[in-house]
Order: sequence, then structure tokens, then C-alpha cells
Amino acid sequence: MRDDRQIKILIGLGVAAAILLGKIFYIQIINGKYKADSISNSIVKEIIYPTRGVIYDRNGKIIVGNKVAYDIMVTPREVGEFDTLALASVLNVEPRLIIDKMAEYKANLRRIGFQSVAMIKQVPAETYMSFDEVKYQFPGFYGQVRSIRDYPINAGGNLLGYVSEVDAAYIKAHPDEYSVGDYIGKTGIEAAREKDLRGEKGYHIYIRNARGRIESSYKDGAEDKEASPGHDIMTTIDADLQRYGQMLMRNKAGAVVALEPSTGEILAIVSSPGIDVSMLADIGKHYEEISSNPYKPMFNRAVQAYYPPGSCFKIANALIGLQEGVLTPSETHPCYRGYQYAADHKLACHSHKSPIDMEESIMMSCNAYYCYVLRNILDNKKYSSIEESMDMWNRYVGSFGFGKKLGSDFPSELGGNIPSAKTYNKAYGKGRWNSNSVISLSIGQGEIAVTPLHLANFCATIANRGWYKIPHLVKEYEDIHIDPKYYERHYTMVDTTQFPKVIKGMWRAVNSAPGAGGTAWIAHVDGLDICGKTGTAQNPRGEDNSVFMCFAPMDNPKIAVAAYVEYGGFGATFAAPIASLMVEKYLNGEIPWGDRKDLEARMKSSYLLNRVRIRRR
Amino acid sequence: MKGNIHERSIKQSVDWALIVTYLILTLIGWLSIYASIRSSEPPSIFDFDFRSGKQFVWMLSAYGLAGIIIFFVNPRIWEAFAPHLYIIVGVLLVAVIFLGTAVKGSRSWFVFGPVSFQPAEVSKITTSLLLAAVMSRSDFSMTRMKDFYKVAAIMAIPMLIILGERETGSALVYLGFIFVLYREGFSGWFLSLLGLAIIIFITTLTASPYVSIMILIGVVTFCNAISEKHFWRMLLFLGIFILVGSLFPWIWGLITDSVAASIQKISDTYTVTLPGREPRVFWSFLLKIKPIYFLIAVCLGALPHFAVRAFREKNVFGGASVITFIVGLALVFSTQFIFEKVLQEHQRQRIEVLLGMRDDPTGVGYNVNQSMIAIGSGGFFGKGFLKGTQTAYGFIPEQSTDFIFCTIGEEWGFIGCLAVIGLYVFLIARIIIDAEECREKFTRIYGYCVASCIFMHLFINIGMTIGIMPVIGIPLPMLSYGGSSLWAFTILIFIFIALHREEKKYY
Repeated sequence: MRDDRQIKILIGLGVAAAILLGKIFYIQIINGKYKADSISNSIVKEIIYPTRGVIYDRNGKIIVGNKVAYDIMVTPREVGEFDTLALASVLNVEPRLIIDKMAEYKANLRRIGFQSVAMIKQVPAETYMSFDEVKYQFPGFYGQVRSIRDYPINAGGNLLGYVSEVDAAYIKAHPDEYSVGDYIGKTGIEAAREKDLRGEKGYHIYIRNARGRIESSYKDGAEDKEASPGHDIMTTIDADLQRYGQMLMRNKAGAVVALEPSTGEILAIVSSPGIDVSMLADIGKHYEEISSNPYKPMFNRAVQAYYPPGSCFKIANALIGLQEGVLTPSETHPCYRGYQYAADHKLACHSHKSPIDMEESIMMSCNAYYCYVLRNILDNKKYSSIEESMDMWNRYVGSFGFGKKLGSDFPSELGGNIPSAKTYNKAYGKGRWNSNSVISLSIGQGEIAVTPLHLANFCATIANRGWYKIPHLVKEYEDIHIDPKYYERHYTMVDTTQFPKVIKGMWRAVNSAPGAGGTAWIAHVDGLDICGKTGTAQNPRGEDNSVFMCFAPMDNPKIAVAAYVEYGGFGATFAAPIASLMVEKYLNGEIPWGDRKDLEARMKSSYLLNRVRIRRR
Repeated sequence: MKGNIHERSIKQSVDWALIVTYLILTLIGWLSIYASIRSSEPPSIFDFDFRSGKQFVWMLSAYGLAGIIIFFVNPRIWEAFAPHLYIIVGVLLVAVIFLGTAVKGSRSWFVFGPVSFQPAEVSKITTSLLLAAVMSRSDFSMTRMKDFYKVAAIMAIPMLIILGERETGSALVYLGFIFVLYREGFSGWFLSLLGLAIIIFITTLTASPYVSIMILIGVVTFCNAISEKHFWRMLLFLGIFILVGSLFPWIWGLITDSVAASIQKISDTYTVTLPGREPRVFWSFLLKIKPIYFLIAVCLGALPHFAVRAFREKNVFGGASVITFIVGLALVFSTQFIFEKVLQEHQRQRIEVLLGMRDDPTGVGYNVNQSMIAIGSGGFFGKGFLKGTQTAYGFIPEQSTDFIFCTIGEEWGFIGCLAVIGLYVFLIARIIIDAEECREKFTRIYGYCVASCIFMHLFINIGMTIGIMPVIGIPLPMLSYGGSSLWAFTILIFIFIALHREEKKYY
């Protein structure tokens, strides 16, 4: 037994030695990582940061540029005694800040070693200049140039996105691309086009001496690499129109999207309340303020809000009815202040003349007329069941771009929702629903959810008489290429010949004399031939949402606009004036004195945020 | 010394192999300390302004000390004065807490001008002597509880005082004496249980309590199966259990994922149709159930069964394994508590880095990372003497004391590491073999104590530099810079050489 245990102990000794030698063998021979690290240990790479690409609007105006700022760097090991108060006053910071930072570095001195750390970030150039004059009094401190974002025009806070220091989790996921201290585009165009905008970092290599200090350039700079600046981006945005849209939407919740129908280019995309560009440059300082704002300015309503389209959607139903052959433009239906679809159920309508034909139904936005249209579509004998006709309707609506992400180059775009037979089979049970159950779809209510971008795209589709190009923000420019999909035409399932019939109605809605019954006469502008459709969408949380979509001119359209104003009341109250002013501004350049200027002033000064019911979390 | 006709000459009686190994190791240490000096103008190795020169003085004095112990001290006094020495050093250990000078956060040094002295180093010697003295008494029996407590107390008292001085590394060395107890008849099961406890502690932190409990069930059932007559049946049952148990979290994950997806779907339709209302789904409670709840339910169901069976069959082993299992469960659930409440912040961080739970090359793991870079950069043959850059440029902290092994790894490569570890293994094995030759029980037990101490220092120190042990500063015997440590190991080893010579002299 004793000998046995002696042997066991000796074997154990051998095993322990083998474990040590095995691990040593692994790190010395098998794993090359430690050898490579030893080289990086005795040389220093000084990173040279590239300037980020500039963002232009469609006319070549700079919307996002760069300006110089300085990070005040410190090498704690080289700092001696210094006058804290003098340094604080020249850098324009609290002395406490410097004292705390120096104490923190002292505690981590072993970890920091001979490295430099950024003590104060993004000091303006003027402050740096005065620091530079007295720098000799503060050994160990120096300034490092960083270029930061500059916004010459207050346009497009939400769509531009912001740039900030990359976070640790992202670095871990992209170890070869980013390292601590790099900047990265976080939202909007800055994020979507990060790869083009960021440029490539360069570096200078130096040799460290035995004291860890930089001694000389490595191989006389043969291995150095200069930074290459990022590519500039030209957007499709019209900066003036964008800024004008923001002014009109001030103090209202909602969104305005303007497109160029022939190209699908986004001319303006306003989400309100939005982020002011002045906050973007130093988002860190304002982040708390922005994220605690009850109106959620970070939430981009233009591409993320789910809204019912309201009466604008009647155009879609009219087109489907025409294509399916269950509606002709001359067909008339009566309306006695609504549509009685069951003994005790009536879908109400406002008072207007009766009976009316299709053009008049668009012009006057009659609810009853579209109840007939939808029922004729869904109860079409061509289809064996309501499920089949419902799904056919769903496919038609989908072909207009609704119910799915359009595929724009805007990050965080959402898809909306268009119901199908499956939706109602789930809600009511199979065979337990009919065209009456879904009657609110006729006027764009019920289970439909669309984004303002969807609505603008729909309007552009009508303007093009039956096709759209996917809305996008970035233009082909110098080295920047865009996805060929943005040049493709997407045709709807409705023949192009059907579109002029509804366009006539939309023209009459805007251009009929006041009193003739046109719902959008307020959007009329002499000589612009605006065609539009109002919508007044029910809002479960308060006053109705005001909706309007329009394009102009009628022939060869140059712009299509969708405006959505939450709690705005009738479509003609806020959305129609705002959308028509956008069209006028874009096509005529300015708003003439008189009624239109008064309207503009009224829109700019209206305050609707007090109507917004804030949802508490 | 009086002549004796039966006495063998010094040449024959002293184990020269041990002495030569000891001398080689001190010389390697001296050269490595010289190599790790950072200076643009290399000094002479004898320059007393530098550590290599000072170490040279320590070495000469240690050799003198060794000579005195072999030739002039009667080896009999060690056994006779063991209790007195133990008590004196014990008093010093306590005194240093109040009178000592704080060095790097621990109060364990007496400083007298240029000379500093750490009682914890000497305490290893006196504890070894007293252990050997007590255990070699003729009436001592390892299996008697009273004797066991006595031995445990001798080990635990200095260990706890040193822990109180915040010298965790030195305290850990005392665990090595368990090998001595094992050699003297202490149950091997206890060693295994200690190993099991360490494994469970680590898996609970790195993997999950679920994995730890699975391991616990596996080990306990397997050990029971060995003593069972239905060995193969038990093994089959265990295999199926482990298979099902390992797959279960995955399957449960699939179930809860689909439940979560369906709840999400319902909540999505709600936000479109009924904004502002959160759906209440009755099966959402499934999401709160974790796989470990099932495992605990199974354990709680099965435990009473095994306990009753063991009791009825008077199966001591069965009963012991039930208790082991319960204690193991308690350990699993208290690990988090021990880790967060008992351990100090820096120790916790070091363990986290060691277990790969925390990844920071510039933070707490800095020392280890730098030392691994230095050793790794040595490659197979090393960079050559005085050619190391990592150690010379000061990337390694404590490079001539606790991290001296980095210099060897970088400058002498794998060959050098193999040689140094080989020398230590030879030294330890030779001490064990010599100890077994001895007829005196005292000499044998003391020999094992010496071997254990050297082994613990070797494994913890080198393990720390290559990232398989947490960073707990203890010196590498004979190599690290420092007189206190070199003297202590010299005394420790040469007392054994003297005792062994005493045996050989007359027989």
C-alpha cells in the first residue's frame, strides 16, 4: 500500500509537469498569436483618422460637412506637477473634472502604461489654440485632431442620422473593422452608407525604446499608411424643401414625404417632432434629453409609424374595382348620409348630393360609394368564395407597395399591414365572416396599416399611371453606385389605362370651385394642376388624423407628396394645406403674398402637440 | 564532529545529486535576474546596485547557511525543537500583522533597514517539522479522529493567519500537505472529493448550475455503480440519463422559443388593431420555467429513495454518496455567494479572467497576457541569453520575482522551460525517493513535506505565468529574486539533506 501510494504520487508529479509543459508548448509552438503580439508590443501604431465623406443634397448643397475639433490627450506617465487651475481655465472646464480624471488614471496606471488617453473630447478649435500657446507648461498633455460633423443647414435631423463613438459590443462583432475610439454612423444615412462615408484609417509606426517611449520612425516610414478620406454622398433630398417641410410640421406630430415620381427619388422626408441637427454633432450630450422626450423624436414616423390611410385608400379600391370589371366610371350609387349594411349598422357619410358617379365619389370622398365598390369586388361571382376574392384583393393592394417593406435605402423602414383571408379566418373563424364584416376596408380603416412612405409611393404610382420605382435617398455620384433595383419600374396589377379615370376625380377634388363639393379645394394653386385626395382617419386616441396625398402637375408630374398630421382633424384642415404648400414651394420656388402666404403662416404657427395623448410606459 | 568507525565519508553519505540540482537552479535564477534588468547600459552581473549583484550576495550567504546545516548542526535538534520553533514562528506571523510594513497591500514583511524578512516563508519549515514530529510518534494513527484533528490544526493555524495577512498564494501552499497525509494513509476518497468540489465550483461559474449538477449526478452514480453488483445496468441507466439530461435544455429551448414567437405574434396583431393594449397569454408562464427546475425536481424525487435504500441495506458507501450529493448541491447554489461575497474584488476578477469569463488584454489580465506573450515569443529555441525584448522592455511586472519564469521562456524557449521544469521534477522525485529509503519515520514525513512545498510553489508560480492559475504572487523556489525566499528554501531542503545523511551515515 505504501509503495503503491509513492508510485501514485510520483505519477501525479509527472502529470502535473506534463500539464505545465503542454501549455507552454501550446503558447510557444502551436499558437502563433503570442509571437505576433510580441511584435506589436515593441512597436507603436499611431492611428490617423480619415475625414468622413460629405453629404450633399440633390443640388450640391452641403447638408453634412466636417469641422475640426481636438481631443486633449494625456500620457499619465509623463505628467509631472502642474497647475490644475490654469489648465482647467485654458481648456474651459471645471477643475474638478481634471482632478477626477487624473486620479482615475493614477489608479489604472499599470494598465495604461505608456499609452495616451483622451481626457477631454471634441474641444473646439478656438479653445485648442489657446491651449496650444501654453502647452509647454503641461508636459504629457497634447492635442489630437479629430474631424467632427458639421451641419450648415437645419434640414433632415432624422434622416441624416448621427455619428458617435463605436461601442464595445459592436467592436467585438467586427474586430477587423473597428477599434476603440473610432466613430461610426448610428442611424439614418450615416448608418446606411457607413461603408462609403467612413474612409480608411491610416497609421504611422514608431519604435518604442526600453522605457516605452517613442524613439524613432519604423523603417523610416516605409510601412506607414496615410488615411484615405471617405466617399462623399449625394442624396436625393432637396435641402430647401426638406427645411420648409420641417418648418410647416413644427409643433405637430406626423410626417411628410415628397417623391419625384419618375425616379422614385425622395425629395423630402420629414418626421415630426424630429431631432434638430444642432443636437446631432454632440449626440452624447443630448441623448438623455432626446430619449426622455414624450413625443419620441427618435421615432421616425415617416417610415416607422403604422397609420390607417383613411379615404386616400378609396383610390386603391376604385382601381381594383375598375380592373376587376365590377366598376365603371359612369356607375352611380346613392348615398343618404351613409351606407346601411345591416339593420342596425350604418357606415356614416357626410352630406353631399346623391346619387353620384365614380369621379364625383373621389371628388366628394363618399363613403357609401366605396362600400358598394368593395362589396362588388369581394362578392364577385368570378370567385368561388370570399376567401378567394379577399386574397385577390390583398394581392392587388400589395402590388401598390403596401403591406411590405418597399426596400428603400433607409434603415429601419417598416412594412405595414394589409389583411388577407387568413386574418379574418383567425379573427372571426372560417366561414363566419362576409364582405360586410370587412366593410371598413373600403374607406381605408380597419386592419390596414401603412407608413407615410407607403402613401407617398402610392401617390407617385398614380402620378406615373401605374408604376413606381422604389423610393430612395442616395443618388449615383462619383464613386458611389446604387443598387440597380432602384432603376426598375414596378407595375401594379391594374392596367395603366385605368389610372387616368381616377386621376380625373383627384383633379376635381382640388380644382373644383369652393362649394361645388370638392374636399380639397384649399390645396388649389393656380397653374399647378394639383391632383389630390383627402383622408380623415379615425384615431382611437383622440381627434382624427388629417391625411392628404397629391401630385402635380397632372400631366408629366414632378412631385408627389403625402402628408399625415396626427390629431389634425379633417384631411383638408392640416394635411392638404401642408402638402400643397410643399408642391408649390418645390415647383414655383416661393409662396406668393395673399391667401397662400396666410395659409403658410397659419401652418407654421399651429400648435397641435397639446392634443397628442402621450402613452406612458 | 567525532569520528566513528562505521561512519561513511561525506562523499558517500550526502546526496550530491540533490545539492548539484539545487546549485544549478540558483545559478539559473541568478542569470535570469541579470537578464531581466532593464537598462540601456548593461551593468556587470556583480554590480551591487542591481538585483543580480544583490542576489549574488544572497546566494553566497545561502550556501554558507547550507554548509552550517549539513556540517555543524546536529540533525537531532530539529525533531526535538519542532514545537518550540513552530510556536515562535506562529507568534511572528501574528506580530507581523500589527508591526509589519505594508508591501503591495499585504502586511507580511518585517523591514530592518535594507533587509526585509517574511515570517510566512519560514513558517513552511516549522510547520513541516512539527507535522513530521507529530505524525512520526509511534502511537499516531491517521485513522483516529483525535490525531487527524491535531494534524489538521497544525496545518490550518499558520494557513489562516497567512490568509489574514492577505497572502493568499502562500496560504495555498499549505494545501500541498494533503499529499503528505495521503502518503501516510489518509483516505484517497478525500482527495477525490476535494477535486470534485473544485470542478463543481469552476463549472458553476463558467458553464451553469445545470451542468454542475449533471456532473455531480454522473460522478456519484458512477462511484456507486463500481461497488454495485448490477454494474452494467447502472452504467446503462447513467448513460441514458446523461444523454437525456444534456439534450433537454436544447429541446426546452426550442419549446420556449416557439412559445415566445407565438406570444410575439399575438402582441404584434394587438399593436396594429388595438394599440396601447398588451395581450395576456396564459401559456406565457412557460417562459419562466428553466430546465434546472426539472433537474432539481428529479433530484428531490430520487434522493429519499436512495437514502432509504442505503439506510436499509446499511450501505455506508451509499449513505456517504447521498451526503456527498447534498453537500455538492449546496456548493452549487452557494458558489455564487462565495464568489461574490467571500472573495475580494481583485481575486474575483483574476478568477474571471482565468476562466475566460472576462476578456480584457489591458485590464486585470494584463500581467498574465504580457507574461504569456513573453513566453510565447520565445518559440522552440528562445531568443538567446540577454536578447529578450518583452522582459527587458519592462512589459512584465515583477519580472525578477514572481514572473522570473517569463525570462526563461522568452530567452531559452521551450528547451529552456523543459530543462528547468525537468530539474524541479528531478529534485522533487529525488526527495521523495530518498524519503522512502529512510527508516526514520520523521525523516520520511519531513521529506514529503519538503517535496509538497516545492511542488506547490512550482505549479502555482509557473501555472500563473502561463495562465492556468490565477495571479497569486508566490516565488519560484531558488529562481526568484529575494533573500527571504532563497534562504527559506535553502533551509527547508538542507535540513532534509542533513536528516537523510544522518540515516546513511550509520547504516
